[in-house]
Amino acid sequence: MQYTEIMIRYGELSTKGKNRKDFINRLASNVQKVLHDFPDLKIQTHHDRMHILLNGTPFEPVNDRLKVVFGIQTYSPVIKTEKSLEAIEKTALELMQATYKAGMTFKVNTRRSDHKFIYDTNQLTRMVADYLYNHMEGLQAEMKHPDMVLLLEIRQDGAYISNQLLHGAGGMPVGTAGKAVMMLSGGIDSPVASYLAMKRGVNIEMVHFFSPPYTSEKALAKAKELTSVLAKYSGRINFIEVPFAEIQETIKEKLPEGYLMTVQRRFMLRLADIIREKRHALAIFNGESVGQVASQTLESMAAINDVTTTPVLRPVATMDKTEIIAKAEEIGTFDLSIQPFEDCCTIFAPPRPKTKPKIDKAREYESRLDVDGLIERALAGVKVTPIYPGQSFLDDLAEEDADLL
Amino acid sequence: MIYFDNSATTKMAPEALETYSQVVTKIWGNPSSLHKLGDRAHGLLEASRKQVADLLGVNTDEIYFTSGGTESNNTAIKGTAWAKREFGKHIITSSVEHASVANTFTELENLGFRVTRLPVDKEGRVNPEDLKAALDKDTTLVSIMGVNNEIGTIQPIREISEILADYPNIHFHVDNVQALGKGIWDQVFTSRVDMMSFSSHKFHGPRGIGILYKKRGRMLMPLCEGGGQEKGLRSGTENLAAIAAMAKAARLLLTDEKEKADREYAIKEKISKYLTGKPGIHIFSPLKANFAPHILCFALEGIRGETLVHTLEDQDIYISTTSACASKKADEASTLVAMKTPDAIATSAVRLSFDESNTLEEADEFIAAFDEIYQHFAKINHLGE
Repeated sequence: MQYTEIMIRYGELSTKGKNRKDFINRLASNVQKVLHDFPDLKIQTHHDRMHILLNGTPFEPVNDRLKVVFGIQTYSPVIKTEKSLEAIEKTALELMQATYKAGMTFKVNTRRSDHKFIYDTNQLTRMVADYLYNHMEGLQAEMKHPDMVLLLEIRQDGAYISNQLLHGAGGMPVGTAGKAVMMLSGGIDSPVASYLAMKRGVNIEMVHFFSPPYTSEKALAKAKELTSVLAKYSGRINFIEVPFAEIQETIKEKLPEGYLMTVQRRFMLRLADIIREKRHALAIFNGESVGQVASQTLESMAAINDVTTTPVLRPVATMDKTEIIAKAEEIGTFDLSIQPFEDCCTIFAPPRPKTKPKIDKAREYESRLDVDGLIERALAGVKVTPIYPGQSFLDDLAEEDADLL
Repeated sequence: MIYFDNSATTKMAPEALETYSQVVTKIWGNPSSLHKLGDRAHGLLEASRKQVADLLGVNTDEIYFTSGGTESNNTAIKGTAWAKREFGKHIITSSVEHASVANTFTELENLGFRVTRLPVDKEGRVNPEDLKAALDKDTTLVSIMGVNNEIGTIQPIREISEILADYPNIHFHVDNVQALGKGIWDQVFTSRVDMMSFSSHKFHGPRGIGILYKKRGRMLMPLCEGGGQEKGLRSGTENLAAIAAMAKAARLLLTDEKEKADREYAIKEKISKYLTGKPGIHIFSPLKANFAPHILCFALEGIRGETLVHTLEDQDIYISTTSACASKKADEASTLVAMKTPDAIATSAVRLSFDESNTLEEADEFIAAFDEIYQHFAKINHLGE
């Protein structure tokens, strides 16, 4: 038994009137991207569904990629067979035998767009259901809420049979909501915030601050590796690294301890905003959660956000840490996030940061610094790297060494 | 050369040696170092651990690397006795264990622990009922080997596990040094087993390295304190080259395990059938499913095991005596003695132990060589008259 195609039902986008075409095209191209290394697949889009013709490609590996693509509500693997009762019955039986588990209830549902087919909908339903009954033990029919629906579709070019309804990732196709920059630290929260932004269709580019030699190469590699995990949900993500040590050293040297953190964050946001503008993005996302640490009190957010009027969106703002962790585990970033490499947020963290910094003071202290010069030099060191799903940065030799075992 | 002494040690696999030399020359950093040489070594160490864990079907964090079977046994036994001494000082083992278990129990006995040594039947097997009777509220440890190293008896680990299911606080250790890769895993490992010992050189890996499996949450006191490697259970800079080579050897060993074990059994079967019924021959390793497929122990009455070993050695055939050998201390425990085999026969016992490289042709050669020896000694000793 081999599936011949996958039928995809769109998510929320089905309801969006005039932008529908853009959405469908975007989804098709996102699907194409995540499946680019399966050469035999063929994608067909229709106004209400998308079909992926497998042409001999096994379903499972395709399924693994497909289930994380945003914009897909549900999908079903389908077998196309010739339009004869015998072939339909035989395929339906194989399919049921492969997927039916004892105790499940089921029903047969037939749709017929080829009205010339010799049997009508009810006849066909009854005949196939009878056939399954006679060839399988313990089948239980249930019309209202069956566990499994065997769907037969008789179209002009063949009969299509499926019995699984798989849930997609939901959300909107990445890219349909426009572009934003994401402030990615390497901790637990910002990858979750990235995921949630992408789920709403936002195309994100990662902005990551690093401070060698205070932060190690591994901290940078970890942020890149996190990006490659997240790229699984969207395809390629650009990773923008920004050197931050000079700014941190200068602030440490010149400003009072209580405002070290606030001013550092103001610089980060300022840099993120400039990069956003250069890269034609519309908003800034970050992983702040209200009240979690000193920099994330509402007072701090206000004092930091003071540097820009660009929308700063915080998808995990209202989530508890335990909720964020659960999500991080679900999306596969948690184990990486908890690897203990110092990032630039922790190395210059003052022992007693102000939890209620004042905007005026922050501005005043900051004015003692050569803000433009510092920003300019940081921007001069910016490096952009495209990162692809599954790319490895942390263990570049591990793969080679694995051959030793 | 015919090498039928694989329970003593095995020849190192060339692939494992290659891994060993690659690691010592290329990945020689200390896994604890912060720099990238250390990182790389650490990565390989953890990859080795994962591979071993996957092969054994356990969690990665349950695998500890030691210097071998002896250390694993000592760690499991003393580690339990010491860590749990406040809860009880009664520990149980069998009377047919390897010296690294038996003597460790004796040492603990001298230190004031109460030791029960379960008797065995005439096949060298403990009776689970005896264990049940021996358990009391002071018992903290049960240590029973999976496969006996002298005659190949598989101990009733499953039945013992069922009994110990009612005593969740008792540590259950299984010395599985002889049991790996012999197609009998379901007989020697259950989810109730808390600790297991393995030795690399018994499966074509290097010497000086072994494995201790310890289930999550089980407390052991380490034998050596130090830098806290292996989560504090086994301090000392990790012997990475040996660990990686062992992980490789384990993978090779467990590839096509069933076929290999069947081949070993075929050799045992062939020689065993030849020996069966010969006057003066006593076979201690019957062709049964509760005996390991690779060990064949038998005695030729009236001829000391040592004599047989040397006679065969002259023909480039290598086998072993058992520890009943008279050259060892007379009071040393041995499986055959525990089985109440008469001394005269026990001292005649020899052990053949096979591996996957042995062939049926070698079995034929052995039979031919042995038959001459047998005829000679049978005549001298008037066997069968």
